[in-house]
Amino acid sequence: MTILTAKDIISGYTKVDILYNVNIKVEQGQIVSIIGPNGAGKSTLLKTIFGILKPRHGKVELKGEDITGLKPDKIVQKGISYVPQVDNVFPSLTIRENLEMGAFIRNDDYSGRIEDIYTLFPVLKDKSNQKASQLSGGQRQMVAMGRALMLDPGLLLLDEPSAGLAPRLVSMIFEKIIEINASGVAMIIVEQNAREALKMADHGYVLAMGKNVLDDTGEALLTSEEVGRLYLGG
Amino acid sequence: MEFAGILAYLVSLAIMAGIYAVFCLGLNIQWGYTGLFNIGIAGFFCIGAYTSAMITSPMPTGTYAHYVHQLFGLNLPFVFGLIGAASICGIVAFFIGFATLRLGDDYLAIATLGIAETFRLIFNNEQWLANGPRGLMGLPQPLAGLVDPKNYNYIYLVIVIVILILIYLLIEQAIRSPWGRVLRSIREDEISAAMSGKNVLRFKIQALVFGAMIMGVGGALYAHYTKAISPDVFTPLYGTFIIWVMLMAGGSGNNKGAILGAFLIWGMWIGTKFMTDLLPYTLKARAPYIRFLLIGILLEFILIYRPQGILGEEKKVSKLIE
Amino acid sequence: MAELIVYGIVLGSIISLGAIGLTLVYGIIRFANFAHGDLMSAGAYIALFITSVALPWTGLPHTTFGPFSFGWEMVIAFPVSMLIVGGVAIGLDQILYQKLRNKNSNAVIMAMSSLGASFIIRMIILILWGSDFFFYRPGVLRPAIEFPLGIKIRPDQILILFIVFLLITGLHLFLKMTKMGKAMRATADNMELAKVSGIDTEKIIIWTWCIGGALAAAGGILYGIDVQLHPAMGWNFLIPLFAATILGTIGNMYGALIGGLIIGISQQVSTAFIMPTYKPAVAFVIMILILLFRPKGLFSGGKE
Repeated sequence: MTILTAKDIISGYTKVDILYNVNIKVEQGQIVSIIGPNGAGKSTLLKTIFGILKPRHGKVELKGEDITGLKPDKIVQKGISYVPQVDNVFPSLTIRENLEMGAFIRNDDYSGRIEDIYTLFPVLKDKSNQKASQLSGGQRQMVAMGRALMLDPGLLLLDEPSAGLAPRLVSMIFEKIIEINASGVAMIIVEQNAREALKMADHGYVLAMGKNVLDDTGEALLTSEEVGRLYLGG
Repeated sequence: MEFAGILAYLVSLAIMAGIYAVFCLGLNIQWGYTGLFNIGIAGFFCIGAYTSAMITSPMPTGTYAHYVHQLFGLNLPFVFGLIGAASICGIVAFFIGFATLRLGDDYLAIATLGIAETFRLIFNNEQWLANGPRGLMGLPQPLAGLVDPKNYNYIYLVIVIVILILIYLLIEQAIRSPWGRVLRSIREDEISAAMSGKNVLRFKIQALVFGAMIMGVGGALYAHYTKAISPDVFTPLYGTFIIWVMLMAGGSGNNKGAILGAFLIWGMWIGTKFMTDLLPYTLKARAPYIRFLLIGILLEFILIYRPQGILGEEKKVSKLIE
Repeated sequence: MAELIVYGIVLGSIISLGAIGLTLVYGIIRFANFAHGDLMSAGAYIALFITSVALPWTGLPHTTFGPFSFGWEMVIAFPVSMLIVGGVAIGLDQILYQKLRNKNSNAVIMAMSSLGASFIIRMIILILWGSDFFFYRPGVLRPAIEFPLGIKIRPDQILILFIVFLLITGLHLFLKMTKMGKAMRATADNMELAKVSGIDTEKIIIWTWCIGGALAAAGGILYGIDVQLHPAMGWNFLIPLFAATILGTIGNMYGALIGGLIIGISQQVSTAFIMPTYKPAVAFVIMILILLFRPKGLFSGGKE
């Protein structure tokens, strides 16, 4: 079943358009990776899907329901969560408080969910009462993902989860992403680290200059000569 | 009121409006063209007025000296008063700008507010400086010997208008120069102005100083018009707030708008006085507050519904950019 | 000198109440609220209205209240005035600042709007009460209690410290323990991320105004109890409030508390050397020194 489609999206900032008629589709339980050079509009696409930016044209549908132009706080309620690339934790809040903020719109008891997150990222449990500002980059990324998972979303949007991390941490984060996906969460991942992103992707999209260039299964893109030459560095 | 009386009244109204227009032009350089939020205009008003007063009046002598204290009295011509007022205001502005403009827009606002209140306190408390709360009186007026004192206001109106026009032309010249273009680019986008190699801080300080010097001239013009000044004149209401409303009403970033706003709001201010004169006697003492309340509400309306003011910003950049 | 320091702590605790509200608003909505001092005045005068007009009108007899200078009416007037001013602050936000926010006006325009609001509040006070001084209970002066070191403290002043302590502890618990309090801190940290997390930031803004306004009202009333009421009291507090806020690092509630105490003590101790009328200038000088030498305040670094 298709859970998300973005059709003919034209979007960008107040004065400049970044995306021109971009289309993507996410099926239930899939990991969809979006790769492409800097400035291709990958992050802009995520922001548009999540309602941070309003598209000038096009439609975003979640399980057939039109969610184009809804604000982020409404989209969250529909079961999509988003992890920004930078500034993705609340630095003066403790780790536990960060997770609680992820569950802000829940009025039931979510302590079990916090335990789930601690099971996924055991290191966070020990630092539960530390401020997020005191964490390392990798731990911050875990807190950010944990916060986004608090609502048990059907779809998770990740903007460059490996940016700025040491190689050892990168592979750890990617393992966690696969683990999260295995629990049934569909994902759209925007990545600079194209090879890794395609390896775990069910489907991949290549964007350049704000346009769809290619799309195929992750494996097919990985082995494609064109993709290899242009986007995977040989 | 007979015709001559009405005319004299209009002349006095026009003089005050003209003086306020000078302040609006000064503020327009700071806010309209550079985006600097100065809410201590009253401070520059105050320093300008006192400086010019002491430069142009003689040091009190004889028994008079027992009652009036002032730091200095140079007995120089009016023009020196203007120059002195502008210079001292410029120096004060430089120091404020140096301390706060590195930091952010709000800091300048808070610092200018503080400096205005502090100067008022100093002039109020320090007898030796400028006679404390009683202030200075009997200030000389330029060209006073030419006509019957009764008709002097006509001469002063001409002086105010000539100075207003000179300042207007000076600012227009400055704003159209490369210097003015840099100011506007800073206001529009400080970061890209800095990236194109402009020393943003220096330009901001220059704009603050330039505007403050003009405010100093305004203060001097006021002192020699009323011939008497005391610290309680330079309140945030009459010295700062109303000038902001004038500029916002007329159109910030537009010198004609600044002048129009001054005349319009001062006209309204006087006009509402006639209205509140109709109030019952018991309310009359509080009438000025009602009028200021209306001016405050007017400002809020302008900010929400017509932030560009009546005239809006004049486009000074070449049309190609649009 | 010891006595001046104690008086400074009393004054400082009042400044802190205002500064905490100012810093909360600054931290979340990111603009300098120049109407904050006048919210303090509004609180003081609303309490005056309740104690001197509204409650006497009910015909209940006036009695004094313990060893304090005011009557039982204040026990009702104090929380009611806090609530009303909280509402006034929300009202100003909804009528003025929210419209500007929605138009993406910059922070300076909002600050200007708040400057306008401050004049509007002051003019309303002047229209209703005139420019005279007022006391909550004219003529009642309770004897001061003598402490070691020759410190004389009035019961009122002890009560002021106690109330400030209660309010700040309450706020601390609210921010640390409740969901809304945590969401307020989160929004102050990073409003974009708060929105992304599904936090209704407009609601947070309303809470912030309400708390800021209520604390300002409390500060204003306490000052009225300690000293007197005057229409310009709030305006005169503005420089000390900003000085305390900047001193304690903008957005940092605990910094504002310490900053307020430092400013209050400095102001009172300065009266031993210079004229008391220079108190606002003392706050101003401290603020300029901070801006020159440590512009981010004493407590920067805790937040990234």
